[in-house]
This record gives sequence, structure tokens and C-alpha cells, in this order.
Amino acid sequence: MNDAPMIEVSGLYKIFGSNPDAAMPLIEEGRGKDEIFDKTGQTVGVHDAELSIREGEIFVVMGLSGSGKSTMVRLLNRLIEPTSGSIRINGRDVTSMSHKELIELRRRDLAMVFQSFALMPHRTVLDNAAFGLEVAGEDRDKRRERAMEALEQVGLDANANSYPDELSGGMQQRVGLARALATDPSIMLMDEAFSALDPLIRTEMQDELLELQRRQARTVVFISHDLDEAMRIGDRIAIMQDGRIVQVGTPEEIVTQPANDYVRSFFYGVDISQVFTAADIMDKQHLTVVERPGMGVRAALESLRRHDRDFAVVVGSDGHYEGIVSADALARVLNESDEPGFRDAFESVEPVPTDGLLDELIGRCADTAAPIPVVDGDGRYRGAVSRSRLLRTLDRTSDASSEATENAGGSHE
Amino acid sequence: MSEWLENFRIPIGDWVESVVAWIQDNLTGLLDGIAAVIGFLTDSFEGALMALPAWLLGLAIIALGWWRVGWKFGLFAVAALGVILGMDLWEQTVETLSLVLAASTVALAVGLPIGIAMARSDLVESLIRPVLDFMQTMPPFVYLIPAAIFFGLGTVPGAIATVVFAMPPAVRLTNLGIRQVNKEQIEAGLAFGCTRRQLLTKVQLPLAMPSIMAGVNQTIMLALSMVVIASMIGAGGLGNTVLTGIQRLNVGLGFEGGLGVVILAILLDRITQSFAPGRRG
Repeated sequence: MNDAPMIEVSGLYKIFGSNPDAAMPLIEEGRGKDEIFDKTGQTVGVHDAELSIREGEIFVVMGLSGSGKSTMVRLLNRLIEPTSGSIRINGRDVTSMSHKELIELRRRDLAMVFQSFALMPHRTVLDNAAFGLEVAGEDRDKRRERAMEALEQVGLDANANSYPDELSGGMQQRVGLARALATDPSIMLMDEAFSALDPLIRTEMQDELLELQRRQARTVVFISHDLDEAMRIGDRIAIMQDGRIVQVGTPEEIVTQPANDYVRSFFYGVDISQVFTAADIMDKQHLTVVERPGMGVRAALESLRRHDRDFAVVVGSDGHYEGIVSADALARVLNESDEPGFRDAFESVEPVPTDGLLDELIGRCADTAAPIPVVDGDGRYRGAVSRSRLLRTLDRTSDASSEATENAGGSHE
Repeated sequence: MSEWLENFRIPIGDWVESVVAWIQDNLTGLLDGIAAVIGFLTDSFEGALMALPAWLLGLAIIALGWWRVGWKFGLFAVAALGVILGMDLWEQTVETLSLVLAASTVALAVGLPIGIAMARSDLVESLIRPVLDFMQTMPPFVYLIPAAIFFGLGTVPGAIATVVFAMPPAVRLTNLGIRQVNKEQIEAGLAFGCTRRQLLTKVQLPLAMPSIMAGVNQTIMLALSMVVIASMIGAGGLGNTVLTGIQRLNVGLGFEGGLGVVILAILLDRITQSFAPGRRG
């Protein structure tokens, strides 16, 4: 890794609407995004962005939805045309490139990974991975060979002849990753690449990305709305709010010296119980046992003891939340019943939805010692919030920042 | 005032007549060209299908149905073709089939590119859409008049009226299919460096294929229904049998002709539908 900037963005604006010129004077006066929309009907997507992204780093752009982070990444490869400002990649001015030069740049230097995977359902996994090379005019044997190498890197070479709809979500995104790797780009743009995946798979994919970076460091621009993810994989993080970049720094810098309340609210927010949802603070690595033949009460108890935990979340093989069991209850069921089942050991804990506010969690946590499971709209298990985790989040003055720093440090072991 | 109202008359009919007369006088070359192409196509299809012995053509249809749809449909095809043979309508059916195939070929050759052009430009879409609405709501009989004026009586004007009537669904569903392709898949195509042409051939058309094939199926079905009507200007085939039945008030003959059309419709519908891609291309 050297310090030469791979991507340099300066004075970059994107204004959506039919008449961007109308909005510019108001922007210069320093008016807010909402006011500009009310007066001119133009939406400010990105406001005076300055970025300098170094070669070989994972640069996370983080923000809530509508903060302009997805627009930002699409400006880099001009899927969205900038209104004004400059973007330089490897020293070359992207904003002034002709259509032909731009296509060359996209084929050679920039690859993209999408939130919805965006695979082609009519192509096999191999042909999906070879897509970029095919478009660039690489001959059939050559591109299949390189696509196969890319599939090997993500561990999908055995599925080369399957179709995307035969694969799980995590495997589909591996194909998306292989498609990006196959062209051997110097820069990978990843737009919420892991956001559509289950928490366990998501962590796995983050590890996979870190592992790929260890083998060959590419410049990665990673868009995310998830603090844990940003902390885990980001060498540096940029935080966006209403189209502006409000802070750029290492995870530690962002936690210890937040630039404003918006940034601070990601960690120990202003009125945290109204701002954060269960999904924001849940522990995605809480001990889970999958209910399936062979994973009985005895095995679950063993797993709890080995990890020195009191509670485990029971999840169906389809990812649905089933219940929560404690080590004590499992031991009791084992003693009392000839055919012990998880169901007899379930705690009486109702799960909360991912968008449930902390207010709701506080009440639940008061009633039980067990962690509160968090489920999405389809009833799938997403994570859990323990009493101590909730308290640490609420106690914003003391432990919150040190815990976040710990997470950030721990991710690169 | 009331006198004025009584005399009020917009001579739209006259205008159309003068436009038709002008076309007839000044665009003879174009009309002859169209007639030549369509005539060549209908003759080729009819010649080819008629040249085959009945048993071979029948066997081919049965085999196609068996292979594409299933063995039950194969058996149905055996019975259906048997009924047509038994009604002595084999020749008329083949004639109708070749007209349908010729008219559909032209309708698709013209309609699919128009649909693609509509999908790629909002301006083109806003211009073509009202034309399609017009084409689809105009009673089909009306097409017969200019067709007969420009091209006389016979198979060619029948086929041309059929092309005009059958084209809209192919255009519409091609346009719709391409426009409905997922935004991120388009972005993926562009992000990996597709040119406009590559985006069309490698992303938009393959992903729009189910919708496009539905349009093809609709066009073929509409062509069949129009070919029957076109018998009024001498297009021949099963329509002629139905028409003769009407003229002579011969219920039996009319019914036999109608039944032939229904059988042909079922065969065409099921077989063309089977070519529509399912979950993947």
C-alpha cells in the first residue's frame, strides 16, 4: 500500500432534476437540501464532495438511506453523470472522458458488485463470471479460463455450470464477486454488496473480502449503512449526511473524535432510544444452534458450555427464529424427558422486529434475563440484543466508544 | 344556427379517400414492392407446406407437439389432425397456416425492431403508442378496404391486412419487456463496459425474452383470427369455408370451417407458448 491517491474527487456535485443550474446559487448560499428542493424542485444528491482514496485500501462510505452514498459510488464510474466537479482515477480525469474512453475504463479498471447481485439469470455461473471479459471482446477459451480462476478464488468452481437461481443468496453474491474479480480490476466498487445477506453469511462474506484483500490488495470503495460492517472491514470510513461528506477517518478516529452529532449518533446518539433500532445494536454473532436432525438438546448444551454462554438462539434450517434456550433449561429437559426437545426448554421471550426502537427493547429486557431476539419481516432471525449490550449502548458517556474501538481493532486480527 | 348544425359535416371520409387516391397514384413503386415481398413469402410458405405429403407434415406437427409440450398434447394433435382430414379441410388448413406464418413473419420482422426502438427512446414511445392504440381499436374489417384498393383481391392483400392487425402486441410486449428489466442488471451491464448494442443483445433482450415471446404468441394468434376475416377479400383457406357457410346459410359447413380454425389455434398457441423461456433463458 502506498499513499498515492488512486481516486481523487474534488468539488463534486450531483443535482437531480431538470434544471440543476437553478439550484447552484442556493447551494452557494449554503441552503439546506430540503429548502433547495422546496424552492427549485431539484434534489441535491452529492454536495461538494472531496475524497482521496489510496491504492489498496478498503474505503467505506457510510450513511443512512438518502444520504447520497449510492449516488457517490455511481458517480465514480459515471453510471450517474456528475453535475460539476472532478473525479480522477489513477491520475486520469474521468469527468472529461469520451464515451469510448469511459467504456475502456469500466472494462479495465473498475468493477462493480451490487446489492441485489444483478446476475444474468439466463447465463450459467461461469458465463456470469465471464461477463466483463466477454463484453471486452476476450475470446471464449481465454475468458472461461479466467472466469474459472475467479470462481476458484471465491470457492465456487464446483458450481460453474449451475444457474444463479439454483444458488443461495451468499453463493449468488460470490458469483457477483467473481464477475468483478475476473477482469482483474484495480478498483472494486461495492454497493451495499452484503446488505441483502443473512447475518451469518454476511460476516462470512466480509471475512472473504478481507482474505481476498490480503492475497491481492485492490482499491475497494464499499458502500454500507451498517456500522458493524464499516468498522469490521474499513481501513478508512467516510460518513455522508444529506449529500455531504461530514467526516473521513479511520474507524478509531471516527469513534473517538466524531465531527458532529450525526456521526456521534452512530455510536452514542443524541437521543439514542429514538434513533437506533434493534437492527443497529443487535449482536449478529450471538450463539445460535440450528434445529435439525442430529443437533439435539445434548449437542446444543455442549455448544453452550464450550462457548461459556448462558443462552443460545434456536434457528430453523430455513433461518426462521424458533426460540431461545438457556443452559439451565436444557439441562433440566435432559433430566426430565426421555425424548428431550428444544421446545420444552424455550424461554418465554417474544422477538422484536429489526426496525423496533430501543424504547421497546428496554421494556423487554427488564422482564427477562435472556437476550431479546431480533427478527425481520419474514420471521428470519437477524441477531440478538442482550441486557448488557443494551445498557452499554444507552450508557453513551462511558463504555460505548471504547466498545466500538474494540470492535474495530478486533476485526483485523 | 340549427341550419348550420344540420349542414355541419367534417369530410374525414373524403380526406381519407383522397389520401388513398394519392398513395395509389404516386406510391405505386412502394406498393408493388410490399406486394412482391409479401407475395413471395406467402407463396414460399404455401409452396413448401403444400409440397410436403400430408402425412409428413402431419407427423411433423405431432412430433413438435409431443416434443415441446408433452405426450398428451402429442395424442391430442393426432386426434385434431385426424378431425381436419376427416372434414376434408386439409388443404384449406395448410393454406391458412402458411398465410398465418407468412403474415406473422413480416409482423415480427417489422414489429420487434419498432418495439426495441420504443424501449430505447421515450420520444419514439410517445409517438408510436397512439398509433398502436389506433391499430388495435380500429375494427379489423376496416383494414380490408385499403388493402383491397391498394393490392386488389386475393392472398396478398389478405396477408397485408393481417400484418397490420397482428403487429401491435409484438411491438408492445417487446417494449414493455425491455423497459421492465431490473435497473441493477442494466447498471451491471453498463458498469462492466457494455456498449449500447452489447447492453441490448447481452442484457436487455435476453432478460426481456419471456415478455417478447408472449408478444410473438399473441401476434400469431391475432394473425390467425385476421386471416379468417381476410377471406372476405379472397385470402382463401379455412376462412373461405366459413364465408361460404355464411353466404349459403349452411350451418354444417360454417361449423366445420370454424372447428378447423379452433384446432389450428390450439396447436399454434400451445406450440409457440412452449418456446417461451421459463425461469431462465
